[in-house]
Amino acid sequence: MLLELEHVAAAYGPVQVLEDVSLSVPEGSAVGILGANGAGKTTTLRAISGTVRVPSGSIRFKGNDIRGKRPELVAALGIAHVPEGRGALANLTVQENLRVGAYLRKDRAGIESDIAFLLDLFPNLERRYGSNGSALSGGEQQMMAIGRAFMAKPTLLVLDEPSLGLAPSTAKTVYTAIARLRDETGISMLVVEQNANLAFSVVDSAVVLETGRSVLTGSTAELRGNDEIRRAYLGG
Amino acid sequence: MNGFGTFVQLVADGLAQGSLYAALALAIVLVNQATGLINFAQGGMAVLGSYIGMSVGNLLVPTNLILGVLIGIIVAVAASFGLGALIERFVMRRFQGGEEDTKVVATIGLLTLITGIIALIWGYNFLPYPFFFNTGLSFTVGGIAISLWSLTTFLTIVALMIVLQLLFTRTKVGLGLRAVADNPNSSALSGIRVGRMLMIGWGLAAALGTIAGILLAAKAQLNPGNFDAILVYALAAVIIGGVDSPSARSSRPSRSRCSRTSPAPMSPGSATT
Repeated sequence: MLLELEHVAAAYGPVQVLEDVSLSVPEGSAVGILGANGAGKTTTLRAISGTVRVPSGSIRFKGNDIRGKRPELVAALGIAHVPEGRGALANLTVQENLRVGAYLRKDRAGIESDIAFLLDLFPNLERRYGSNGSALSGGEQQMMAIGRAFMAKPTLLVLDEPSLGLAPSTAKTVYTAIARLRDETGISMLVVEQNANLAFSVVDSAVVLETGRSVLTGSTAELRGNDEIRRAYLGG
Repeated sequence: MNGFGTFVQLVADGLAQGSLYAALALAIVLVNQATGLINFAQGGMAVLGSYIGMSVGNLLVPTNLILGVLIGIIVAVAASFGLGALIERFVMRRFQGGEEDTKVVATIGLLTLITGIIALIWGYNFLPYPFFFNTGLSFTVGGIAISLWSLTTFLTIVALMIVLQLLFTRTKVGLGLRAVADNPNSSALSGIRVGRMLMIGWGLAAALGTIAGILLAAKAQLNPGNFDAILVYALAAVIIGGVDSPSARSSRPSRSRCSRTSPAPMSPGSATT
């Protein structure tokens, strides 16, 4: 198992957000996290990348305990987190944002070929290559954020609501690119998404969160067949 | 001397003086960019670095003037870099996540502490700084006397700014520094060690300030309060230039500086100059 969370709890100060979350991401697969607002989807991702305190539970990545490790160490181990709100470096150009993503890499040739791959995947970024992050549209910023995470050459790509705040057509473009990224590189993914239809276009299985607990896990097909899931997340 | 000649000389001196303000202002901005706070101890740190340079210089100058001064400067700059980094790591980091006001007050406390330490070791008297040449020297171009110190100071600061610009735009460390200044949380997700970048930022600022401190001390001698007044002008430059832009910082202080040196001697009341 690439990533395994068991009975993870997490809190922001006195406010407990995660009560008991368990999930696992097998090597090479893409797993979705579904749930309503406030269910703890984003916090689950933050617990993994070390940006929120995790008082109990275990988080193992490639067999190593990563619970409580600082974000830069988690990143160095091969987890690239595209945060909610995209985390664009607003005063840096698209090119510089991508190079920041590759900060820990030493293989120059690999970096250049990955940038070329990304610019092919996201033609918008090629057009805006010299523009500052702040000058990009929401969709372009999302593409840049995914690109920056990918540039780290991670084993696991963690995406927090890539469709948030995007027009439906833009969200679809972003997901098409994510699917292609997965097909062409075989990278493992953990994707938080409120729009289950979009998530299902990429993931093999998903876990459903309710008020800080993981309540249901299943393959995409199983979840599609579940009436409750259909009503709650797939629009009937 | 005619009025125009005086004017040109004052402009030259003003540019030199102003580049010192610019250097200190830039140091303040480097820290502000990385941490979002104004370091009131920046001038005090620069003066401490200068004292270290003076002590090392005084030890070595009897054997070789140029080499002695140079080694003094190198030691001072290296020590300041280390000191700046250590202050970030062991003093300022403790205030992380706290009130902004608390951090700023902490830097004022640091200024008081550093000034006290300097006075304890070296005393309050003005001490001469051993320098490459007599800073009273000047040369004449077209009948206008230009101070050698002014020229040296101006060119040194301009060169430093170019070097810093290259550091920020052409190197990996520079990219990391800018990324952390832009969004530390997001930078950490890319594996950049934010704490280390903050230490480097503080170190660079301290080293830059020390060079300005040495140039000032070479002309005006060393005193624990050397940068107290200059800090005010540097802060003015920071505010006029925009606290978040190093490039604006380095270009605009020349203006604030010219207006400080020039008007007084040129005013009607002092026409005798």
